[in-house]
This record gives sequence, C-alpha cells and structure tokens, in this order.
Amino acid sequence: MAFTLPKESYSGKVLSLTFGKDDKAVTIGGEDTLPFLSFEGSIPNRPAIAYEIQDSPIDDWPETLKAVYKDVSDDPVKWARYCQDELKAQAIALRLVSTHPDRENRSADDAAKTVSEVLSAVETPLIILGSNHVEKDSEVLVKVSEAASGHNCVIGKAQEGNYKTIVAAALAHNHKLIAMSELDINLAKQLNILITQMGFDKSRLITDPMCSALGYGLEYTYSVMERIRLAALMQNDATMQPPILGDVGMYVWKTKETMAEESDVPEWGAIEERGIAWESITATSMIMAGANLLIMRHPKAVEVVKKIIDELI
Amino acid sequence: MALSGIEIFKLLPKTNCKKCGFPTCLAFAMALAQGKTEIGKCPDISEEAKSKLSEASAPPIRTFSLGKGEKAVKVGGETVMFRHDKKFFNPTVLGVNIKDDLNDEELVKRAKEVVDSEIERVGQKLRVEAISIEYASNNPERFESAVKAVAESAPDAILILNCGDPSVLERAVKLVADRRPLLYSATDANAEALANIAKANNVPLAVSAEGPEALSALTEKIKALGVEDLVLDPRPKNAGEMIQHNTIIRRAALKKGFKPLGYPIINLVTREDSLLEANIAAISIAKYASIVVLSSIEKWKNLALFTLRQNIYTDPQVPMQVEQKIYKIGEPTPESPLLITTNFSLTYFIVAGEVENSKVPSWLAVMDCEGLSVLTAWAAGKFVASKIANFIKESGVENQIKHRELIIPGQVAILSGALEDKLEGWKVIVGPREANGIPTFLRNRAA
Ligand code: SF4
Repeated sequence: MAFTLPKESYSGKVLSLTFGKDDKAVTIGGEDTLPFLSFEGSIPNRPAIAYEIQDSPIDDWPETLKAVYKDVSDDPVKWARYCQDELKAQAIALRLVSTHPDRENRSADDAAKTVSEVLSAVETPLIILGSNHVEKDSEVLVKVSEAASGHNCVIGKAQEGNYKTIVAAALAHNHKLIAMSELDINLAKQLNILITQMGFDKSRLITDPMCSALGYGLEYTYSVMERIRLAALMQNDATMQPPILGDVGMYVWKTKETMAEESDVPEWGAIEERGIAWESITATSMIMAGANLLIMRHPKAVEVVKKIIDELI
Repeated sequence: MALSGIEIFKLLPKTNCKKCGFPTCLAFAMALAQGKTEIGKCPDISEEAKSKLSEASAPPIRTFSLGKGEKAVKVGGETVMFRHDKKFFNPTVLGVNIKDDLNDEELVKRAKEVVDSEIERVGQKLRVEAISIEYASNNPERFESAVKAVAESAPDAILILNCGDPSVLERAVKLVADRRPLLYSATDANAEALANIAKANNVPLAVSAEGPEALSALTEKIKALGVEDLVLDPRPKNAGEMIQHNTIIRRAALKKGFKPLGYPIINLVTREDSLLEANIAAISIAKYASIVVLSSIEKWKNLALFTLRQNIYTDPQVPMQVEQKIYKIGEPTPESPLLITTNFSLTYFIVAGEVENSKVPSWLAVMDCEGLSVLTAWAAGKFVASKIANFIKESGVENQIKHRELIIPGQVAILSGALEDKLEGWKVIVGPREANGIPTFLRNRAA
C-alpha cells in the first residue's frame, strides 16, 4: 500500500490582529491551518505571551509567585517596567483588580490615571483588563479606553452583560477588544455577532472562550477552542475567525496544586516546580487547542512556553 | 475500511449450503456486514477470503495490551481526531527510561520511584505504568542484570526493552517474556531479526523510522513476517515534528483506512530540562501518543501529567459530576459556615477553590443535580426549594453543625423565601452571584 500524505484543505483562515505601536507592536493569528500543522498551511505569527500585572498590591497569589514580584508589585508602573526591562515582555496585561466593588472599589477615573501612568512608562504593547465585574467594568473600561487613546491597546473583557458601552469605547478610541463568554462555542459566536453588529470590525476582535486550569475544567476550554478553530478553518465561519485568548495565570494560580506546601502533600512534590508546571502545561495545552495570545504570571513558566513555541514553529 | 454486503458476498463460496444458519450466502454476507454474525460461522470459506475479511473488519487503529495480568494496559483503538467528536479511549501510558549503566543500587532506586508513583486524584488511581531499560552500557551481561533488577523491583511495571542489538535483546527478552515486554525498536537495519524475536516470544514490537512514510514501509515488511502488535515511533526532531507526525499517522489510519499506520504511537520526549520535558510530554498526550517515555519522573511532574491525561481522556459526552455529600473545606467546626451548590464538577471545583482561597474553614453541601450548573439546574427544576430542603434534612449535616444558616448561590437568590418555608428553623443567606466573590463574602462574615 503506497503512502499518501493525508492533507486537509481548509477554506477559512484565522484573522491576524496587531496591537501596540511602532516596532514594539505584536501581531497574532493569520494561520490557515490547525495549530502547528505547517505541512499543510502557513503559520505567519507565533502565539504571543503577555505578562500579567495588577494595579493593587497582590494578596491572593501564592508565596512562590508573589516572591518573584516582591520589589515591584506595590506599584503598577514599577511592575510594568520590570516586565519590560528585566523580563523582556512581549506584551503586558494590566488587570485593574482594585476597581472591583469587593476590593478597593477604586473609581474609573483612578483606573484611567493608572493606565496613563503605565502607558507613559513603557513602550510594550498593553492589554487593559477590568476586574471582571460586569457593571463596574462597563464604567471602568470606557474611561481607560479614552485614557489609552492612540496606543492601539487591547481592551477587555466585553461580556454579554456589558458589551455595548465597552464596544463603543473601543471603537471610538481605536483599540482592539476581547469578547468573553463562558465555555460554550455558541455563546462565543453569538457575542462576536452582537459586537460586529455594532459596527466593530471582526478583524479587531479577540475571542476569549474562558480559560480553565489544568485539573479544573481544562478539557472544556480545550475542546471549545478546538471547535472554534475547526469552525473558522473547515466551515469558514467568519464569526469564529478572530484570534483566541487564553487568560491562563488567573485560573492557574488559585488552584490547590499551586498553593499547597509540600509538607502538607508530600506526594505532590516540590511546590515551586509544581506551580510552574501547572501554569506552563495549562498554557501549552491552550496553544495546542488554538490559542494565539496567552496571559501568564510566572517568568519561568513563560520561559518554558517560549521554548515550546520555538520547537513548534 | 468496512466492506459492504456485496463485497463480502463476492468472497464467499456461493454454494448456499446453509451450514452457517442462513438460507443463502447473500443473506449471510448481509448479516456479516451489519455485524450480526461472525465469519467463523461459514466452515467452507477459503483462508484467503477469511484474512481479507478480518483485515477489512479490523478497527482502523489496532488495540492490544502491554504487560500481563492485572496491571496490563490497553493501547490503541482510537477512533477520532478530536476528543469532542466522541472521546479518546485508552489513556496514554507514561513510562520512564532507565539506562543500564547505572549501578544496581541506583537502578533499584529508579525502579522504586515508578512503584511509588501512584497517587489518587478525583477518585482515580494514577501512576507511571512503564519502565524502559536502555542498553547504554554496551555490555550484554550488564543489560541482562539490569533487566532482572528492574523487573524484580517493579513487579507490576510494563517493561520496555530499549535495545536495538538483536543478540543482546534475544537473551534479555527470555528473562521477562512472561511479562510481555515491548521491544524497542525495529529499524531498517534490524527489522527482520527483531521481528523474529518478537514473534518467537509473542511480545509487541516498536518500530522506528524517520517520519510516517518510512514507518509505513517498515511496518508492512514486519507485518509480513508475522508480527502485528506494533507501536510506531516516527522519531520527531522537535515538538513541531512530533505534532505533525502524530497527526499524519492518526489521520492516515482513521480517515484513509491506511493499515500500515494503523497502530498506537510511542514518543520519547527526553529533554535536559525537566520542565521542558513535562511540556513536551503534555503535547504528546494531547496529540495522539499512546506511550510517552520520559527521562525523569519527579512527583510534581507526575501530578501535572496524570492530571492532563485525565482531562484529555475524559468522556466529553458525560458531564463530569462529583459525589453528592457534605464536603469539608479546611477543618470546619460546628460553628463554620455551610454553603450549597450543585454537583457539576466544574462548579464544584470553582466553588471549592474559592472557599479554600477564603481561608475560612467551611462546609460545602454538594447536591446531585445530574451534573448541571447552578442556573441550569434551577431552570431544569432540579435545584429548587423542596429538593434542597430534602437534601439538607437527609444529609445529616444537622448533626455536624450547631447553627442553622445555609448560604445559597446569589444566582438563585429567588429561592430564599421558599427555601426558608420548606426548611423549618433555618435561615437562608444569599451568597455572591459569582464564585470569585466568595472569599470576600466569607471573610466579611467571619470578621
Ligand atoms: S455456510 Fe458459507 S457457503 Fe454455506 S451458505 Fe453459509 S455462507 Fe454460504
């Protein structure tokens, strides 16, 4: 029996998207094949990784991770500079956790000020994230979009309950936008449609189907991402063609596996390696399923995922 | 590729002798095509036709067992490219490679690591199943004694004899033939000799060649020599090649019915950096390997890879559920708060994780709602006042706690009145809408 290469032909293509400015700008997406199958298509851009920073001192990260940022995490500007200068971050994701009503409940204007300060301190492309509080985000993200006008940032996350104001702001100030839904391809599709119906071009969108950590529903995210990619490529479904985000760090670093001391669970082994493995393997799984952009926390996890990407492309 | 009734009919004797229990050969052929009878029922069929038929009806990826006895593990038999299409059936076997040039003490220590690797996670026992013993010493006696030492120290492990020298391998395999070891590996240079050893000892054989095409030529040759339990190593140079080779092999078998590649895959993922190796192994597990051989098995690494394997091989059609009961988070006392949620595993994981993050020891009542999340279960009439009241009464939690306060998810705040009516003597408290509000909520209550 003679071997013939079983190639798939794809009718669709993932949209490419650029954020940030000048020579620091990052481009993601653009592939016309399933993840890393370069024998049957082209993959013009590598998956990109953004370092997550926060606008208020961290309290809920495990010690092993907190220690990495102990000298800079009291100030988002210092933290952003550290990511840019020491960690050579390709992108930075600033999460405005302090605006959450259950946290410091800082105002949208305060958040806008923080964003302006960070933007003037670093040239690294910025992703600006709210606190994931549906009502508050719609206020905060509008103000910060304005403050970041002209910087070609990624703003997020627009959800079913708040997308209208956020989309309008991203549109007015020329930003890219993350659309987030919860682990369901139909919800992801529907939200992308609603957003594009407001006149927001799909080539400026990033789909976030909601990440889950290794051991905590990873398989749901994995399969939803795979299905989104298949819809984009095989069925040429235009609403499913924006690049995909894996917001990895925030789901990983609250799991027991990243927190429990080895003395409490000797059978789980060294806590530091365990946490780094947890974040990197979650991230690696996400890019296998189709993610184009990752948000991560631990520099060693980022480093190993970069090595993986080097091997993959 | 399955044959049609007519195609099968053409291979039958066409005498309509009825010995098969069917009135005609055609009727028999039709029943066979539908899987309603077996080929053995026709006593007069020619050997040639028989082998053609069983070939055609064989699954696209061969399934067989590695190892012997209770801890034998099935490999192969996969039917889909994507887990959401059906499911992945036979979870990847994890193994570690041990070189025979270590001293005996070290060898035994490494083998014991495999024995001690078993841990439990969400009700399943997980472990490193296989040990590969690599012929690195260039000393046949050394290899034999290493195989013996490892086999004795790890009596349940699946053995992989990693040695390409036929004369050395032949002697070693005799020592452990009853364990049904996997021989690694037949190449262009030694295929015939290794195939003969595999056949004589009735053990599976790994075949390695650069890339799927070269592999397919080699498996055809080996199959012709009478060995059919084969494992494929496409020898990828990096992770990118690994995904592509593994994908091409799986696709050729499933979509093209290409038999020469219809076998399980083995990937050796050795990297100097253990963390990098763990991530390469993760790719291998997600992308179609049936056996992954590592160079080290630290506990943190095992935990992560076991978990990933469990995630990827979960049946996507069955909603993951956790057991209905009152869970303890931390070390709760009779005064600790009591929360309730549904038994959809994702809901449970997220809620339990956030309760844990709050550092407030708590009781978490998890109610069987057939694996639905809170809102869906409420909408489906499964997470409603009367049923919650019954569950709380029957759970025995009233004997575990002194207070009578139940915290319900904010999404079903609407239930609180009805629930207080049904649950006499209890106060119902509406918790946060989203799980990420739980830590603040619990801390504020505790303060
Ligand atoms: S036993 Fe065989 S030859 Fe006889 S009728 Fe059945 S199929 Fe035909």
